[in-house]
Amino acid sequence: MSRWWVSLGLAVAVAFPARAALDAAVVTRLATGDGDEKVAAIAQLIAGGDPRAVPVLQALADGEMSVAGGRVLLVKGEEGLDAVTGEKVSPVPSPRDDVVANNRLRREIESALAALKLLSPDRDARLAAAKELAGGANEAMLPLLKKAVGNETDGTIKPMLELTVAGLELKSADKAQRLAAIRTLAASANPNTRMLLSPLVEKGKDGAFLEKDEDVRVAAQSSLASVEGRLAWSQRAGLAFSGVSLGSILLLAALGLAITYGLMGVINMAHGELIMIGAYTTYVVQNLFRAHLPGAFDWYLAAALPAAFAASALVGMALERTVIRWLYGRPLETLLATWGLSLILIQAVRTLFGAQNVQVENPAFMSGGVEILAGIVLPWSRIVIIGFAIAVLAGMAVLLTRTRLGLFVRAVTQNRAMAACVGVRTARIDTWAFGLGSGIAGLAGCALSQIGNVGPDLGQSYIVDSFMVVVLGGVGQLAGTVYAALGLGILNKVLESWAGAVLAKIAILVVIILFIQKRPQGLFALKGRVID
Amino acid sequence: MGAKIEASVVDPASNWPLFAEKARQLITQDKVAVVFGCWTSVSRKSVLPVFEELNGLLFYPVQYEGEELSKNVFYTGAAPNQQAIPAVEYLMSKDGGGAKRFVLLGTDYVYPRTTNKILRAFLKSKGVAEADIMEEYTPFGHSDYQTIIAKIKKFASEGKKTAVVSTINGDSNVPFYKELGNQGLKATDVPVVAFSVGEEELRGVDTKPLVGHLAAWNYFMSLKNPSNDEFTKKWAAYAKAKNLAGHKDKPLTNDPMEATYIGVYMWKQAVEKAKSFDTDKVIAAMAGQTFKAPSGFTAKMDEKNHHLHKPVFIGEVKADGQFNVVWKTPGPVKAKPWSPYIPGNDKKKDEPEMAKKAAAPKK
Repeated sequence: MSRWWVSLGLAVAVAFPARAALDAAVVTRLATGDGDEKVAAIAQLIAGGDPRAVPVLQALADGEMSVAGGRVLLVKGEEGLDAVTGEKVSPVPSPRDDVVANNRLRREIESALAALKLLSPDRDARLAAAKELAGGANEAMLPLLKKAVGNETDGTIKPMLELTVAGLELKSADKAQRLAAIRTLAASANPNTRMLLSPLVEKGKDGAFLEKDEDVRVAAQSSLASVEGRLAWSQRAGLAFSGVSLGSILLLAALGLAITYGLMGVINMAHGELIMIGAYTTYVVQNLFRAHLPGAFDWYLAAALPAAFAASALVGMALERTVIRWLYGRPLETLLATWGLSLILIQAVRTLFGAQNVQVENPAFMSGGVEILAGIVLPWSRIVIIGFAIAVLAGMAVLLTRTRLGLFVRAVTQNRAMAACVGVRTARIDTWAFGLGSGIAGLAGCALSQIGNVGPDLGQSYIVDSFMVVVLGGVGQLAGTVYAALGLGILNKVLESWAGAVLAKIAILVVIILFIQKRPQGLFALKGRVID
Repeated sequence: MGAKIEASVVDPASNWPLFAEKARQLITQDKVAVVFGCWTSVSRKSVLPVFEELNGLLFYPVQYEGEELSKNVFYTGAAPNQQAIPAVEYLMSKDGGGAKRFVLLGTDYVYPRTTNKILRAFLKSKGVAEADIMEEYTPFGHSDYQTIIAKIKKFASEGKKTAVVSTINGDSNVPFYKELGNQGLKATDVPVVAFSVGEEELRGVDTKPLVGHLAAWNYFMSLKNPSNDEFTKKWAAYAKAKNLAGHKDKPLTNDPMEATYIGVYMWKQAVEKAKSFDTDKVIAAMAGQTFKAPSGFTAKMDEKNHHLHKPVFIGEVKADGQFNVVWKTPGPVKAKPWSPYIPGNDKKKDEPEMAKKAAAPKK
């Protein structure tokens, strides 16, 4: 067995030696046949068990196969190989017709390759193969799967394979085998199981059960019930997670505003644009990393975070110095002036970077997700953002309660005149505090660039939500902002799963209006300069 | 004709009332012979009365929901039977995965609502049960698709092969596809076919998790034929010369661009044939115009219904943001602006009412 795998490894590594060739007719059919012929050719290549078929199939799935002058070629970059003999072809002939693999072929190839990998000595490869096959095994693989179950010793992989085998044995002719398979499937938490079991309990168009055998039907019914019970729990868990995730995003977007509006009382309509500047800074840092440090690309966020904070903070401080400080105590003028500023910032970015959205790529560790329960995948990007929101919140709490700057900010907020009397330079504190709020908006932009669009209008979509959170939470209170963000996030998701996204949005706004009518000061009472 | 053509460009900033105002300004003040433009159906609906009142000429280059015919408008984008219906037929075919259950997902406005109404009727005519169709809408600018993807997953696990038909508009597509990739819903399991996602929309997207998802259009930049080579080369040269942000480094062409390109050339041919810029004479001359389009086929303006005969392509997203054409119609397809899947349409005539006065009570 192991020798077989060594030879496969070698074949992949040295691009298969030019000894005996694959069946030319089959390869040609694979490249030029219609959909059905291609599927048949894949099955033939796999059934032949020839390890040299693996790179050929992989190339087809990756779109690296082409045909020139009746010859099937695998072309990767500048290098070309003959698919049948494995010989190097140079120069690569041109023009070539690319062989197009569609989803159907890719699915066939993926499960075929997975079946071959089931016997791999590498545990991770086997696990990946077992996962792949959980959704896409076919009857032809049954003997191979059974063999793999027999050989398997790993506690995670074996049950997965057993479930896959059971799923295939459902269609068997032997009643005892079917019943056993149904009982095995009761332990499954895979959504696909429901797809397998539900036809057994369904009624046809004429009202009769599709499944004639009563025993099978009853067993399927009870297995299905236990699978569905398990799935319902994982759905609830998924819903709770998405609520918390939305809450963390609202929190990030609103935290900066909680300082500039909540503590300082500036109705800052340009808050969204400060978020946008943070996102664009992330984009610029990402491009710098790609151009100069491609090896460390995955770590660009570490550099982007301080850069985004600094960029937004500087812009915020400049705005405060030049415009906003002259308007303290005049909320209406502040509102209009900051709104104008937001339009200027949007147009500036549009002129600099173009009106189209720009591409911010997730670092590898933030792509994909972790499967906590079957069917519930928690995306890494969202987990990281929840953690990040907590970190920013903690950092801000420390800054406000434990540092000299925080002390001054609170003092100026509570009583400006008294603070000035004891020697606090209130004007400078205003600038610093506004810079801090803006910088946090920049951090939010950096996080938002990982899950959404980065474009000149980015800020516009968050400004309303941010104000909603701060007002609902109670102006002047950080704790209120946290509760409001989480509450809105979870409420929104629960309503969305129940009534759809459009109605949920309306319902949330109605709830907020009613709440503010009842309790204009928000969740927590307001203290601070806004009163005067 | 030798007449010099001058272009006036106006930007109504996606502000719908402004569209009507600017259209009026173009026709009455700038005295333009023809207008090429509008994007969303709402913008077209707002300028329509202006063009009809002042007898102007509009070329509309975007795929739309049909259910409209005006003497003053030539529609060079796709009608539902030139995009939506072939796409769903492909999904139901063996090569498309043989889908039996459908999620119709869209942004909440007129194009997705009407398209989904047509698709629902079409699916029913193909024997798909009501319970096997899920229709979902999101508000404009929706950016959190977690619950919707969870719903799709649940729906897909309830039996039978599922496919998603997306009429999500514009920017919302990025968070949608990102979430799709992160939650591990692969194109091989649940394919998503989109009608508003093309080369330009994928520019701002990390396309790796999208590979294999589908789009249906009448043109893809990746098509290989001489007229497309010429088209893309010309565009690249223009973008470079005019220093267009984004396009100067990475010139992209897409379906609405091709539709506009065809429209401009056909209008030129019609003017030459009519030997006049007069609206009515040009409209008469437009009928039956042909143009060797970048799609590789000869597009023809229908003699009567003001729509183009165009081929339909289905493409799968590749890692570089381009599309692999996996299916195409054998030749150009005639547009059916009045979809046969909407009740009452069978009585409507496949040509605009020519008598101007009688045009008012159109529907």
